Amino acid sequence: METCIALIPLIPLLGFLILAVAGGKFDRKTAGYIGAGSVGISLVLALIAGALFLRSLPGVSSYSVSLWEWISAGELRADMSFSLDSLSLVFCIVITFVGFLIHVYSIEFMSGDEGFSRFFAYMNLFVGSMLILVLADNILLLYFGWEGVGLCSYLLIGFWYKEPENGYAARKAFIVTRIGDTAMIIGIFILFVNFRTFHLDELMLQVNDKWSVGSPLAVITAALLLFGALGKSAQLPLQTWLPDAMAGPSPVSALIHAATMVTAGVYLIARCHVLFNLAPVVMTAIAIIGALTLLIAGFSALGQHDLKRILAYSTISQIGYMFLALGVGAWSAAIFHFMIHAFFKALLFLAGGVVILVLKEEHDIFRMGGMKKEMPLIFFTFLAGSASLSALPLVTAGFYSKDPILWYSFSSVTGNFWLWIAAFTGAFLTTLYTFRLVFVVFFGETKLKPSFQPGKLMTVPLAILAFFSIVAGFIELPESFGRFHLFSSLAENTLPAVTVRETGYPETLFQLLSALIVFAGIYLAYLAYYKKPSMSESFEHGRIHRFFESGFGFDRLYDVLLVNPLVWLSAINRNDIFDWLNIGLARLTVLGNRLFSLTQNGKLRWYVMSFTIGIVLILTYMILR
Amino acid sequence: MNFFFYLAAAIALISTIMAISGRNAIHALLNLIISLLAVSVIFYLLDAPFIAALEVIIYAGAIMVLFIFVTMMLNIGTEKKIEKRWLNPRVWIVPSILAALLLVDFILIINGLQIPEPVDETLNTKQVGISLFSTYVLAVEIAGILLMAGVIGAYHLGSQKKKVTHRFLKK
Amino acid sequence: MLTVPIETMLIFAGLLFLIGLVGLLTRRNLIFMLMSIEIMFNSAGLVFIIAGRHWKQADGQVMFIFILAVAAVEVAIGLALLLQVYHHYKTLDADSVGKLKDNNQ
Repeated sequence: METCIALIPLIPLLGFLILAVAGGKFDRKTAGYIGAGSVGISLVLALIAGALFLRSLPGVSSYSVSLWEWISAGELRADMSFSLDSLSLVFCIVITFVGFLIHVYSIEFMSGDEGFSRFFAYMNLFVGSMLILVLADNILLLYFGWEGVGLCSYLLIGFWYKEPENGYAARKAFIVTRIGDTAMIIGIFILFVNFRTFHLDELMLQVNDKWSVGSPLAVITAALLLFGALGKSAQLPLQTWLPDAMAGPSPVSALIHAATMVTAGVYLIARCHVLFNLAPVVMTAIAIIGALTLLIAGFSALGQHDLKRILAYSTISQIGYMFLALGVGAWSAAIFHFMIHAFFKALLFLAGGVVILVLKEEHDIFRMGGMKKEMPLIFFTFLAGSASLSALPLVTAGFYSKDPILWYSFSSVTGNFWLWIAAFTGAFLTTLYTFRLVFVVFFGETKLKPSFQPGKLMTVPLAILAFFSIVAGFIELPESFGRFHLFSSLAENTLPAVTVRETGYPETLFQLLSALIVFAGIYLAYLAYYKKPSMSESFEHGRIHRFFESGFGFDRLYDVLLVNPLVWLSAINRNDIFDWLNIGLARLTVLGNRLFSLTQNGKLRWYVMSFTIGIVLILTYMILR
Repeated sequence: MNFFFYLAAAIALISTIMAISGRNAIHALLNLIISLLAVSVIFYLLDAPFIAALEVIIYAGAIMVLFIFVTMMLNIGTEKKIEKRWLNPRVWIVPSILAALLLVDFILIINGLQIPEPVDETLNTKQVGISLFSTYVLAVEIAGILLMAGVIGAYHLGSQKKKVTHRFLKK
Repeated sequence: MLTVPIETMLIFAGLLFLIGLVGLLTRRNLIFMLMSIEIMFNSAGLVFIIAGRHWKQADGQVMFIFILAVAAVEVAIGLALLLQVYHHYKTLDADSVGKLKDNNQ
């Protein structure tokens, strides 16, 4: 068991090491097998660990393994040690499973690329860092993985580094998330200063003991950690990097959005739930941020023409749902939605990637069309993903994961009507933009012919993901039908259960409403984008559309508020005083050099002269003394 | 006796000045030999006959002869014009002033010294020899090694093998 | 019996030393520079003899013998170097051999 846990993150890192050191020596096939294989082994290990873990329930709720002492200085002590509980188990399995499928898909997707082994090295490092993040048993190691993920996202978004725009996008992702990271490390410092430990379990115990509910220190720390999570998870106000992160290859987008990176924030909040429970203000803030983000991202998705940007905004919006769930204390619902989201979002990105690839890098959905006839398999898998994303009632996993969030946003003790309204509107928007995408890309007349049909390495992962997008929901059925709680009973080994207030309304009513809104959304999309395109004509070219397309103008706002003043400031500080200090030092040195080289001129008589002058001076001094 | 000292001192000073200011190397060397001989007279007057003999044999004899051989080997003496140009009065000024300053220092220091009265003993060459090979025997060994090194070094530097010269001077 | 005061003798030795020093400082010809050094050595030895006589100590004469040995070695090496300089540069000008590096570099 312990060996399994230790090897889960180490195998992908080993793969990274092999590919990074000797990547150029392998042919493509070997590099691909190493890349995908290492994650595959990790997946097997995670499944074994999971099986062993489930068998030992409910006796042991967490396992930990310490590999070596990482940092030890005085009281500061952080070990390279991992621990596995139900929360990290879920993350581990999802990361390795989805990551493995994405790797397999990438073997074919990237086969024409010159940086093939580099790609797999980065991907392995990405998965490895994410696994360190979720398995870390101290918060410093968690931060290490956190930064590793940030680094890899930078490397992968800028993977096609020859285009300057990709470099900009990569830097934007790195800098924006770094803002959050800075807040987070300050939060970690506060925790350490107060409790003198980095160990997560110990920290949470002590936090619970020593800090009262709503104490200022708890609120500040929680807020700082939340800010870090906002950066990584692309939530308001740090969401702007994610749409630009589409500059990377499609499998990268899938990996960032589905399995890793953006869910790190969700993980962090869930992991530190004890701390967050002590800060009700921050919890409310999380819920509100989640609600706002899911609305803004939903509207923005409606305004995009780029296939991948639509999916990017939909990710932001779905993570908004997760934050909403976290904010109202529905911990396991958030984690469940994370899992389901990983399946269908990876599926959508991979299927979208295929469409973009066979159409020779065409991103604009209005220049596509009729893909249903051309590539039926892609269509059906994409449809499964879309249905799951829109939470089509009863048959899709998305319904079972999203519906509890809607319900708890109203019925939880911290939930209220307005949060529900936001989530409800968000559900409508989700359906609308998703099926807008489906109708525009797959129906209508064929505008571009696909250049080839995808091979088995691409389609098989798609089929597997489609299968899970549909059926994975059945492990957790709502109260109203089935009362089947496989997932939440697992998650509640680690996370507290949601507290529900007496609302006076039955859950079934809300389920019915959300089912209706989904169908309404599909119908509207069908009308506007298939049946009567004239209906959407004015919208697609209007001012509101432009506003939506720019993501509510956040980029422009930040440019004006932050970037331009900073650029201005650095421009006037270009020849700053410290430079002069340094230049002066250099000049002084050069002057001294010149001066002293004068004395080393090879003229013997000059040397003797200086001796003599020295003797005269010394003797005169001795006499006069 | 004192007269002989002053005479020898005057001869030594004059011939030394002529030695360093002369243009012809051979003449300068001959002047220097006269100076050394005068100094050896002073050594004799100072009750050091053995040293006086060494001064004549080694300084005036061996070392100066070495100089004269080298001068003749290089056939110097055709460069009188250059020497004249090198020896213009401006060159002399600064060193002379420095030397004058030093001389003032010397006189001040020497006059300031409180030298005790001379001891009334006798000193002969036998004592020098005994001192040399008892107290200073280690220094004698070292001087021997130094001379050996000098011999080898001079041989190495002076050998005129084709193209093989000391690496500092290699072209 | 010599009754010249010791101060006079020391000043005479100092004068010889200074003449050598002036010679070293003014002459550019390497032969003359070596000669000046010899003069300075000699005057230093003279001081040893004077002091040795004053205290009736053998050490002064012993030191003179050592100075003699050092001077001999110095002259031998100096002249050998001088020969090499002359072979390479066809001059004995001390200022023209002051490059401090090989010509090829």
